[in-house]
Amino acid sequence: MRFLFKTDYEDDIRLFPHSGHFVSYGILLAFLVVAPFVLSSYLVSQLVFVCIYATVGVGLMILSGFTGQASLGHAAFLAIGAYTAGYLQQYDVPFLVYFLAAGLLTGTIGALVGFPALRLQGIYLVIATISFAFIVEEVLARWESVTHGNEGMRVKTLSMFGFTVPRDGPTFYFLCLGVLILAIIGTLNLLRSPTGRAFLAIRDSETAARSMGVNVSLYKVKSFAISAAITGFAGVLFAHKLSFISPEMFTLLLSIEFIIVILIGGTFSLHGAVLGAIFLVMIDPFLTYLKDDLPGIIAGVAAAFGAGSATVAKIQSNVAAVASANGLKGAIYGVIIVLFVLFEPLGLYGRWLKIKLFFQLFPLYKRATFKRQKIYVKSERNR
Amino acid sequence: MLDFVQQLVSGIALGCVYGLIALGFVLVYKATEVVNFAQGDLMMLGGFFAFTFIGILGLNYWLGFAAAVIAMAGFGMLAERAVVRPILGYPQFSIIMATIGLGYFLRSIVGMIWGTDDFKIETPFSDGVLRIGALVLAHDKLSVIAATIILCALLYLFFNRTTLGTAMRASSENMLAAYYMGIPVKRVVSIVWAISAAVATAAGVLLAPITFIHSNVGLVLGLKAFPAAVLGGFGSIPGAVVGGVLIGVIESMAGFYLPQGWKDVAPYIVLLVVLLLKPEGLFGVHMRKKV
Amino acid sequence: MSYFRADNLSLHFGGLKAVDSVSFAVEKGEILSIIGPNGAGKSSIFNLISRIYPPTSGRIFFEDQDITQQPAYDIAKLGIARTFQNIELFENSSVLSNLLVGRHRHSTTQLWQEFLFLPSVRASEKVHRRRVEQVIEFLDLEAYRDKLISGLPYGVRKVIELARALCSEPKLILLDEPSSGLNVEETTDMSFWIRDMKTELGITVLMVEHDMSLVNRVSDRVIALNYGRVIAMGTPSEVQRHPDVVAAYLGA
Repeated sequence: MRFLFKTDYEDDIRLFPHSGHFVSYGILLAFLVVAPFVLSSYLVSQLVFVCIYATVGVGLMILSGFTGQASLGHAAFLAIGAYTAGYLQQYDVPFLVYFLAAGLLTGTIGALVGFPALRLQGIYLVIATISFAFIVEEVLARWESVTHGNEGMRVKTLSMFGFTVPRDGPTFYFLCLGVLILAIIGTLNLLRSPTGRAFLAIRDSETAARSMGVNVSLYKVKSFAISAAITGFAGVLFAHKLSFISPEMFTLLLSIEFIIVILIGGTFSLHGAVLGAIFLVMIDPFLTYLKDDLPGIIAGVAAAFGAGSATVAKIQSNVAAVASANGLKGAIYGVIIVLFVLFEPLGLYGRWLKIKLFFQLFPLYKRATFKRQKIYVKSERNR
Repeated sequence: MLDFVQQLVSGIALGCVYGLIALGFVLVYKATEVVNFAQGDLMMLGGFFAFTFIGILGLNYWLGFAAAVIAMAGFGMLAERAVVRPILGYPQFSIIMATIGLGYFLRSIVGMIWGTDDFKIETPFSDGVLRIGALVLAHDKLSVIAATIILCALLYLFFNRTTLGTAMRASSENMLAAYYMGIPVKRVVSIVWAISAAVATAAGVLLAPITFIHSNVGLVLGLKAFPAAVLGGFGSIPGAVVGGVLIGVIESMAGFYLPQGWKDVAPYIVLLVVLLLKPEGLFGVHMRKKV
Repeated sequence: MSYFRADNLSLHFGGLKAVDSVSFAVEKGEILSIIGPNGAGKSSIFNLISRIYPPTSGRIFFEDQDITQQPAYDIAKLGIARTFQNIELFENSSVLSNLLVGRHRHSTTQLWQEFLFLPSVRASEKVHRRRVEQVIEFLDLEAYRDKLISGLPYGVRKVIELARALCSEPKLILLDEPSSGLNVEETTDMSFWIRDMKTELGITVLMVEHDMSLVNRVSDRVIALNYGRVIAMGTPSEVQRHPDVVAAYLGA
């Protein structure tokens, strides 16, 4: 186990509490830098999606994880960011300008959504954000002069300072990675300053926060605005990555995916946003793999256990039928969400912390360390 | 004027379906403080059960209806046992996510078993019409309204006149206290899920003559029923039905009188406005923490 | 003019008069205790002062300023801090970040500065931290600095709540039953701290308390309430001898 001896207030402020972090994050960064040159172009493209989803995850984490305001409407913010990029780009607005404009616009709209949300709690807030997302979706479909309605909109290849940045090249990947890293560092900076602490205070007890001088309404609006702005930035990248956007891409199901990102990652730490994004994006290639290779593998196992060749063929075709069934992805999503909520409420990052603790305390680790307490009487109806 | 009444009746009929799904939301919420996002999907599954019993196995409509309701009540209990009971008492948001997961699962399983086509259940109300002067009212719509009224009356009697109903109300007020008073809270919760799945099935079967049944119908209608429940003030049973009817009427009026596109958004706009003015819904009670 | 003054303060819930035209004044630098049986309206008065409820009628003055209509968060900015009867800490944060929230009313940094964590933010963080460290030393909380609140025993949480209030460097502190749930030893500590707050830090204390021995030890003056009305006011011994107070407690 590592003991930290703190001799300066700086020790509690710095982002990397001890030198070990430099090594581990350095290795990670080195990997991410060489990734586009060693991985297949498909995987790099998936990594770009990981970055975009993780950026949205960071935004959503600020609102839901840290300020405690649930939102099922973040697809709408992503859409607004994407459409801002698509629209402004037609008029040859430079990338940096429309990138910032998208963030500004979504941030403003986020703040506007935040105002009515001030008086809403829990489930009422969830439904209000869903309603907002529906309205945005409908506006995108009907406001044809700007959005081209349901036909969708082409997004041209990104160009910056006279260079074109193709959506599947390494430069675009580095751009997405850079945005994600900036979002993470900015959020971490907030968390170690008064605003971030006010967010956490609002999450845990609004009454106490207010009695300590936190203007709860103002900070909720700030949280909405920041969260929306970060999602809007991600939206610009999303539009460029897909090169085509249409209203039906930004449905409730996408908002739910974002929630899954932070839920599966772990809602209490920014690590969760990244881990969750990796999980959600990589599940697709995994399912493809499942579809192609699993029947053969299972048949092979069956053969190894001495099944007859007719049985093996039958097993193989049955498994193949199940694996390629239409709704399989949905079913697996469903099962994964349920299993995570039931068995790993702290998400992937929580599991990682548990594994770390297990080795730190070995052989003294006990299961009860992470046993959750049930609080039957704690009603969320009274706030 | 005639158009208006025509639209009003079909709005109310649609609203009753929303109301019934919303009723399921509210029942579960009242008893366990769980918001069941899979409620619409339970309705969809109930519709498919009924379709199987009536359309495929060829049972009599009423017999098939009853069989579907009973089967779904069982399924509701099963779902509660498997997904909700282990996490009862945890933060609301985790439970919402679990039910969203359940919804995903049900939709895709139904799609795998029954396919993703549209299905229609033949009902005794499918064609007939009632004429009052120049007014033509389809039987299918009237049957939905009548059934909703009957169901609400039954639920009202159940909650206010029976011991089990009282036990449910008690455990919704304070689960721990109810437990200490000897109420088998777990069984009560399980029965609540059974009832809410049964009500959802009734909604699904009643809906059948109005629209087709397909694997996503629950998602679509659930998302309409949800504002209905919130509009009425989550936790209020009459509120759910009133909210449902309101949403249904708003939707059909907007579809008739306003340009295309408003139909789907109008209920949400109204909902947002109501929440702005009255954050706890129309019939909700505002509660606050004591410090 | 008094330092802090409540004028005909009333709070009605429907027909129930939780607080019924209560008037009292607190002088600068004194410790004033409010006693009374359960449901007498003691905590309600605190909730009125910290604006959790708006008063039905009446006015509240602090440093000659009418604060009756100020929003809740401004009360803290004026220098009135409070603790809660049933502990309202930020459960999922460390002790340190709880205490730093107490510094919120002194924070001057802007959002964009914090986002970039400019040197000015870093410097002000260190100032906050130094103040927090002083409070930690004052209340002997060194051992708990990095612990999560959710894992701490009740007695410690009670002290941390007091610490959070002190971190805001209040002029007036409202203590809602500081000794409830504490054992004898912890109560004794609490009485010393309350005394020290007055003498060393110069804070005026308004406190609701049931434990009469604590009230006797620390209070300069006592107000007794029953059914939302003031029934006695004076030194601790005067109030305890007052026939109405005896009747209220013993149910004559």
